[in-house]
Amino acid sequence: MSSGEKYVAAAYLVVFVGVLAWVAIIAAKLARLSHEVDELVELARRRGGE
Amino acid sequence: MIPAVSVPARLRQIPLPTFAWATVALLATALALIFFYAPLDADQGISQKIFYIHVPIALTSYACFGWGAWKALTHLRTRAPGADLESYAAIHQGVIFGALTLITGSIWARSSWGIWWTWSSNQLVTFLILFLFYSAYFMLRYSVDPGPARANMCAVYALFGVVLIPVSWLSIRLANDFIHPTVFNQHGPQMSGSMFFTFCVSWAGLLALAATMYRVELAGKRLDAQLQELRELLT
Repeated sequence: MSSGEKYVAAAYLVVFVGVLAWVAIIAAKLARLSHEVDELVELARRRGGE
Repeated sequence: MIPAVSVPARLRQIPLPTFAWATVALLATALALIFFYAPLDADQGISQKIFYIHVPIALTSYACFGWGAWKALTHLRTRAPGADLESYAAIHQGVIFGALTLITGSIWARSSWGIWWTWSSNQLVTFLILFLFYSAYFMLRYSVDPGPARANMCAVYALFGVVLIPVSWLSIRLANDFIHPTVFNQHGPQMSGSMFFTFCVSWAGLLALAATMYRVELAGKRLDAQLQELRELLT
């Protein structure tokens, strides 16, 4: 692999990793929201049982 | 008679999964064009392939900052509910794409000029100022309690920042910048038709990626706010 090819690969890889990191952050946020929904459903059920 | 609907409003009507798949298709097409269709540059060789990702990312970050400023203006003018959140999400995308612009640009500079960064290029320095200005937006936003005052302050800040976009764009044209190349000048794009077509597809793909990320982030923020409201109602 030539020096130029290495730089091209690095530039495209940076963008790919950047987007992947964003997806990971969003996935973590989605997991938190899902956990929060579970908590609220449980709270609503307990309220309904009272 | 068909009612006039703006382009952003039409894009919003497209379901998010369809939008995301269209983005994937556009980016895959762009990559195929970049590596199998666009000719090698006679001067820079393979390193010039960075152009197809670096310049569209930079233009996309300008578009995100511009959209954020437009939403900030909408907030100040009409107090439209959600305009502040939309402005924030757009600026967040702009900062992400701005960071990618600086990194890919630095890699290209190292490959072409042999240096990672130079302070003598107006284009580079003005883009860095723009990036730092909008990065500071988040410090302002998270140092003030949520409410109308924060929304107004953030909107004014976002509007000030947008002035830097034409400055950044024109700096290379107004000053004699011998380092950073000028691909688009008053005579149009300085490249072959196949290179320009590849560039356009790549830019469309990255704009679609930014729009998808913007919509996903906005949906998450709205869901978060609704859950907070529900929690307050239940407790």
